[in-house]
Parts: sequence; C-alpha cells; structure tokens
Amino acid sequence: MTTPIAQLDSGPLIRWSWITDHGDLILSNLVQHLVLTFVTVAIGFVLSMLLAVVALRFRFTFAPINAVTGIMYAVPSIALFVLLTPLTGLTTLTAEIALISYTLQILTRSIVAGIDGVPPAVRESATGMGYTDRQRLWHVELPLALPVILSGVRIATVTTVGLLPVAGLLGSDQGGLGELIFDGLTRFFNTPLLVGAVLVVAVAVACDLLLVGVQQVLTPWARRRGTSA
Amino acid sequence: MISLQGVRKVFPGSNQPAVGDLSLEIPTGEIVTLIGPSGCGKSTTLRMINRLIEPTSGSITIDGLDVTTRPAHELRLGIGYVIQQVGLFPHRTIAQNIATVPALLGWERARIAARVEALFELVGLDHDLADRYPAELSGGQQQRAGVARALAADPPVLLMDEPFGAVDPIVRARLQDELLSLQRELRKTIVFVTHDIDEAIRLGDRMAILNVGGVLEQYGPPSAVLADPANAFVTSFLGGERGLKRLSLVPVSAARLDPGPTLGPDSTVEDARATMAARGLDWVAIVADGRLQGWIDEADLAQQTRLGDAAIRPFALKLRPTDSLREALDTLVSSPTHIAPVVDEDDTYLGILDVTSIGEGLDQRAPR
Repeated sequence: MTTPIAQLDSGPLIRWSWITDHGDLILSNLVQHLVLTFVTVAIGFVLSMLLAVVALRFRFTFAPINAVTGIMYAVPSIALFVLLTPLTGLTTLTAEIALISYTLQILTRSIVAGIDGVPPAVRESATGMGYTDRQRLWHVELPLALPVILSGVRIATVTTVGLLPVAGLLGSDQGGLGELIFDGLTRFFNTPLLVGAVLVVAVAVACDLLLVGVQQVLTPWARRRGTSA
Repeated sequence: MISLQGVRKVFPGSNQPAVGDLSLEIPTGEIVTLIGPSGCGKSTTLRMINRLIEPTSGSITIDGLDVTTRPAHELRLGIGYVIQQVGLFPHRTIAQNIATVPALLGWERARIAARVEALFELVGLDHDLADRYPAELSGGQQQRAGVARALAADPPVLLMDEPFGAVDPIVRARLQDELLSLQRELRKTIVFVTHDIDEAIRLGDRMAILNVGGVLEQYGPPSAVLADPANAFVTSFLGGERGLKRLSLVPVSAARLDPGPTLGPDSTVEDARATMAARGLDWVAIVADGRLQGWIDEADLAQQTRLGDAAIRPFALKLRPTDSLREALDTLVSSPTHIAPVVDEDDTYLGILDVTSIGEGLDQRAPR
C-alpha cells in the first residue's frame, strides 16, 4: 500500500460493510448535496439574470458588475466562509451565500455574452415588426442566448458541486457529500472519504450530462443547420 | 399616402445631417424606390417611417396620421418590414416566423394557421418548409419567408430595405417578378430601398434619387426620370444606355403597329403579287379569322390560285403586346427582316412592329 490515503488508514482501502451499514447516511448526504447545488445555482441564476438585465440596459454598469462579481469569485472559499461566520453563524445560509457568490460571475457573463451574440439583423427585425423591448428580450433574445447561457449554467453547476464539500468545514450538516470526506479525514478512515470523493465526481459528471441533455431538448434549432443549401 | 414633410436627421456626434430637409409624398398603392450612393440617407429615411430612427425635425404622416401619435411598437405592428439579412428568428420554424405579427396581435390559433397557410401559397413557398428552421433554407427561400412574415397581418404599408441585395442575380430577378405580381394583387404602399439602379427602375412606380446628405435630386416615374434627368448628378447616376432602360419600361402595346401586308387564305396569287408590289416586299402574312397563320414567300407563289394551298411558313419570331420594347428591339435586331408580328396569347394578329415604331413608342410615352 503506497497511496497517501492508505498511509492514514491501516485497514483495507474500502470496508464494504461500512458502506452497507451507512446507506441512509450516504443517501441523505447525496440528496443534500444535490439540493444545495440546485438551490445555489437557482438563486445564483435569478440574481445573475437581474444583474445581466441591468448590465444590458445600462451598459456602463457592466464593467463594475463584472469587477465586483470577479472579486467575489477570486476570494478563496475558506476565507469567505470564515469571514461570513461572524455575521451569519455556522449555518446553511453562510454556505449558500459563499457558494452563490461564486456562481454570479460565470452566470452574469454568460447571460450578457449570450444576448450580445444575438445577430443584429434578428434584433432589428424583431423591433421593426412591433416587439416591445421586454417582449423581444423574453421571446427572441433569451431563447437565442440559451446555448451560451446553458453552458454557463453547466460550469456554475459543476463548480458548485465541487465546492460544496468545502462548506463541510463549517461544521455539521451543510457540506453534502463533504461530510463524508471530512469524516474520513478526521478519523483517518478511508472508506467514507473515498465514497464521498467518488460520489462528488459522479454527481459533477451526471449534472453536466443532464444539462447537455437539457440544452439539446431546449434548442432543437441549434442542431438542425444547413441541411439544405 | 405616406407624407414626409421637411424631415431632417442629424445623428449625435455628427455635424452633417444624414437626411436634410426631405419632403416626399408616397401615394397609396404604389411602389416608391429610394436610390442613391452610400451616405445618401435612403435607409435612414426608410427607418424613420417606422420610427426605428426618430427624426431630428420635420414630420411623417401615414394616411394623415402622424407616426408619433402612437407608441412605436404599435405603429410597427401595422407596417411590414423586410431587411436584406432577412432577420428570421433562428429558433422558430418558418411557420412560426410567419405567424409572428398575428401572434403579437393576439389572433386566434385557427385564424393564424389559416393565414400562414395562405401566405405560403402567396409567396410561392413549399409547404414542406413550414416546420423547418431558417438555417435549413436557401437565401431565396428565406427572403420569401421574410416577405410572407412582413405581409402576415396584411399591413397597408411595406418597408423594404435592400431585400434582394444578398441573393444571386437569377434569384433576384425572380423575386422581383414575384414582388411585382404580388403587388398587382395586393396594391400595398411600398417603400423600397435599393442601390441597384435597374432594380429601382424595374420595380418603382416612382423613383426618388437621393444625393449624399439626404438631398432629393429627382422624384418621378422611372420613364420620366430617364427621359428627362433633372441634372448632371441624376444623369451620371442613371448610368449608360438610358435609352435602352427607357425601352425596358414601355410595352409593345404602346407602340403604333403597322397593319402589315396581310391576306386571307382564300385570296388569290394575283392578290398576293399585287400586295407585294404595292409595298415593295417579297412576302405576305396570312391571317385567317383574325389569327396569324404564317407567311408566304414570293418564290413559293406557284400555279395555285388559292393562297391557302401554298406553302405557309411559320414566323420564327413573334412578339406579345406585354413584351417590353427593349425585348422587342432585341428580337428585331436578331430577325433577318428586322420586323416581327405581334400576336396575343391565342395568336390573334395585332400588327407588325419595326424599328421605327419602337422609337415612336418611346416618344408617345415620355415625358409622363
């Protein structure tokens, strides 16, 4: 046994009996991981949508919005958790604030870039035919921006899945699968650590594939191109 | 009628007006083409009518109603708009694209479906394309869909900004023909921006020639503009072969046709010889019951007494009254005798056209 993990734990690499005995715990951590990821990305998306609409309507606000969300993205996660703890305590809220703040930069930028990528002729013909600005945004610009926006959502989701375990550092019951990882680390016990790590990777891959599927379903027009010249 | 009164547009940051003090009356049911060099403000003028651009000063009315009295998006629902890049919505099928304005107006589903169906027919689009996305169509098909979309809610006014500028010349000619035949049926008020002088002449009931800065140099029917250019700018803008361009606007029916040397099939060889001698020709045309049968050469006048028994040769070249004098001239030049008979669709004989009567046809038409 030469792996670093094995050096922490004198027992076998995986104790299968532990997994079968703790099925409920693993499942509840997995569900929590999925729920927290979903809540994070959903709230992040709504906030980013608002920021993007402001940035698109008032162009001069795009640079400052981008700068602020960029700084939030740049602050190390653990530092942010520590900074927030005096304000919000060791709660899910603390974890959520930190996680959401990481999604804002990616999502805001992808929404703005997606809408900026709408061909000017399409925008002009929409306006020329009698769309109001709001109708044009919802019925023309956002649907056309969807491929770019959804690729932003994919990045935000996968990032959140990977970052969520760090929230487990804050104490009990908010790190999703991170609970298993930290449990394993603190007890020099490989099995939960590996189960947690493998499941985090699996969840990240599954979410990404799911979103690719969503993208295909929502944007059928983006796939059917140039079949007749 | 669309009326522009002293319309002026100065874009922010520019001290030159893009359009300066332009007044123009566009009669209901006519196609008016706006043409001029780049920077003449023709597109700007068009876009001020549907308020995509707001004039700096002056007023624009449609049927007496100032365009600014309604919110811009409501105004635009009543004005068809077609642009060069078409601007179909890539995420919607062709049928959904065409249904855009009816849907915005809140029509019922069944009414929209029926209207979309009718529009496919009207613009000559294959029904199989209804569920395709725009990217799956050719340039010409996309442009037809663009026109159908603009016509969907049957607006009285159509604004077209170089709509056929991006398609190849053959497709363009076909689209122009289709627009003209649509217009004969629909009688819309159409403002058509182009940089192609032949297109402006061909499509316009009137053409407005604009100079840089939106200065109106001449406004009138293409035949009148070609016959009598207002100034050196217009002359140079119209380019060469002005006479031929005029001929392309006048139908054969406007020319004075010669009755020609005609005889019936029951006439005698002596009648034929007399007619040829009187006209100094070596042939006569045979017309029976008003229909052109062909011609007989002097050499073929053998011993038959009745012309109907002689060898009647068909005319290789025939003209229709709807052909343009330019096409007629081309035919005459190719014909060995430099004349051609003019017949209706059912071969009813109308007369003989020669080069002299082409020139006279032009004189009768212009200036209008």
